[in-house]
Amino acid sequence: MYGKKVKLRFLFLALILISVILSVFLILKSLKENVVYFQSPSEIQKLNEISKKIIRVGGMVKENSIIMDSDKINFIITDFKNEINVIYSGAVPNLFEEGKGVVAEGFLKDKKYFLATKILAKHDENYMPPEVKEAIGEK
Amino acid sequence: MLASQIGYYSLILGLFVSFLITPICIKNFYNNKVIDSKIFSFSFLQFFLVFLSFFALIISFVTSDFSNETVFNNSHSLKPLFYKISGTWGNHEGSLLLWLLVLTFFIFLFMIKSNDQPKKYRILTILFQQIIIVGFFLFILSTSNPFGYLFPTPKEGLGLNPILQDPALAIHPPILYLGYVGSSIIFSASLAGIVQNYISKKWAKHIKTWILISWIFLTLGIMLGSIWAYYELGWGGFWFWDPVENVSLMPWLCLTALLHSILVLEKKLSLTSWTVILSIATFTFSMCGTFLVRSGILNSVHTFANDPSRGIFILIFLSILILISLIVFFIFHEEKKQEISKIYFLSKETSILINNLFVMYFLSVVLIGTVYPIFLEVISNEKISVGPPFYNKLIMPFLIIFLIFMSIGPKLHWIKTGMKKIKVQFFLIFIFSSLISYLIIDNIGFENLINSFLITAAFYLFFITLKDFFAKGFSNLSQKISHFGFSLLILSILLNSFFSSEVTANLKIGEKISFEKGIITFVSTESKKYKNYQSIVGYFKVEDNKKKLIILKPELRIYNQPYTITSEADIKTTLYSDKFLVMNLVKGNEYFNIRYQIKPFMVWIWISTLLIALGGICSLFRKNYEK
Repeated sequence: MYGKKVKLRFLFLALILISVILSVFLILKSLKENVVYFQSPSEIQKLNEISKKIIRVGGMVKENSIIMDSDKINFIITDFKNEINVIYSGAVPNLFEEGKGVVAEGFLKDKKYFLATKILAKHDENYMPPEVKEAIGEK
Repeated sequence: MLASQIGYYSLILGLFVSFLITPICIKNFYNNKVIDSKIFSFSFLQFFLVFLSFFALIISFVTSDFSNETVFNNSHSLKPLFYKISGTWGNHEGSLLLWLLVLTFFIFLFMIKSNDQPKKYRILTILFQQIIIVGFFLFILSTSNPFGYLFPTPKEGLGLNPILQDPALAIHPPILYLGYVGSSIIFSASLAGIVQNYISKKWAKHIKTWILISWIFLTLGIMLGSIWAYYELGWGGFWFWDPVENVSLMPWLCLTALLHSILVLEKKLSLTSWTVILSIATFTFSMCGTFLVRSGILNSVHTFANDPSRGIFILIFLSILILISLIVFFIFHEEKKQEISKIYFLSKETSILINNLFVMYFLSVVLIGTVYPIFLEVISNEKISVGPPFYNKLIMPFLIIFLIFMSIGPKLHWIKTGMKKIKVQFFLIFIFSSLISYLIIDNIGFENLINSFLITAAFYLFFITLKDFFAKGFSNLSQKISHFGFSLLILSILLNSFFSSEVTANLKIGEKISFEKGIITFVSTESKKYKNYQSIVGYFKVEDNKKKLIILKPELRIYNQPYTITSEADIKTTLYSDKFLVMNLVKGNEYFNIRYQIKPFMVWIWISTLLIALGGICSLFRKNYEK
């Protein structure tokens, strides 16, 4: 009924359409699996269950809370309402300091303890995680 | 003071020139005369005025004129001269002025380099370019004036963020911008081409030069940024899939696709609409890059302080540009009659089309990964980030097929290739690459199917392009160099990630730590005072398992203006591997936090990127030679 050319073109279009749908599906699926949520200590307190997924915790490093020994660093992240203890072994960025903003990536042990696998660098000394900014703004 | 004023007024005059050029262009467009020489003069005048303004800003920086707000915010009298100058474009206002400077320079260059093109097409290109130029003038003058006046004059400036005080980062923005802004010419030229129905083989040949120029600069610009991140940020990585990096990768991917599709247009006059769409998209992505970085909506490790009102301006400007291009595209675009209507599966066109589809897929992955967190935050106020696993998982499997097509594609003929072309040789090389990859994978002892295939495919491309260098001499040299560079890049990245090892520890002076690859001894520290910072140099001995000793001296710099600590990693580079040591001091602790990394084939990542760019440069010069 149709010419060979038309058929071929349809086939071509169908192929492209299928591959587009497939790739969108693929992207969205792995997006769901690989996003890292950013939470503040207060949000962690509100959690109902502790998941094993990687999350980021942001806040300020509490004054006088950094304790270092030969293989790890302990410190407290606070958003001035709630706080959480962080245990970390690894390299710290330059702007990691008491009283400054910090973002740590890792797993929750429970609501009070966070095992960090990475501490993220911020280039701006005045950087403050958004939640902390809100928290200070509300005060 | 004086310099600032000269700068400011020449900027306003520059905007005024735009309003002079436009009527002349329109008049010249409708009469039958040759192109009006006034257009040349005014284009040059505009470029000169912007240059004057930019030069004035440099003078303000060099003389530390703190009555200028930009200088006050970003400079300090104790800063070395080199960084005073580079500080000119190290900030928002100055960098936009640089954008504008390159914009006006490129359109002037376009004018004098396009003598063999039709008059109306050239005039239209200038008109479209003027829309962009006026937009940038207004943007700079209304939201980010680099010549703001401060009274009373402050005694001292706030200083430039010390991590930006770095040679690689001093030249990174100008190079990157040459790439970004080059795409604006492609954008204007293709819109003008559509209106004049001039999308032809001749057009393709002429615009290819501009595509190559932007592509080369963008490649080099991204590489410089990456090198900087590698040694300055102390992570020891070169690509973090960070939004700010992604926004520079997106126009690059677009340009790469365009670079290939323009070949089809030049040879076969097909894929015209697609090429035009790519040209528009490339510039849109370049603008989006500027918008996303400057508006501060990106949640990135590179976050600098930002002003949201600027974001809104760029967003509106961008929407207008997209709207104009869509209108032009739908009203004027006519599908050209193709010379041949049949498409064969085994031909160069098809393989380029497949390349384009894959690149578009990579582009959408990067785009979604970058933009999705922003949307989610707007919609649900949830803050998320998308990490490297997302990109690796989605890009790596497809890279395998991409690499295979990259090896076979250039071998095919235009129009049609018979099955006979695919020789036994190809299979032999394939078997050889599989063997080598098997040995490597076996050696590391971890099994990952995708990695194994990927490394095989990369070796395949590597050997095929290598064989071509010897077999066929210098025909199609630029393509060979770039493809060879790409295979080398993928190989180095893979081997780098397979064989990298690192150890982190907190050490006091005099302590040592042993790890599986040797012993690190922290011998001593030494303190020195410099003009604008104080430095602590650590002295480390690293002994590997073969008793070979190397000494690494990482440095900590404590800057006062503004108060910042930066770590300068010490890197011993050899062809085989990089040894990377960075130390950090946490205030109030006697422990030094150190990180030692062995990064194999690191230098090859940079070399291969240079090769990729070199391919483009070759093509550019060969083209001129052929003329």
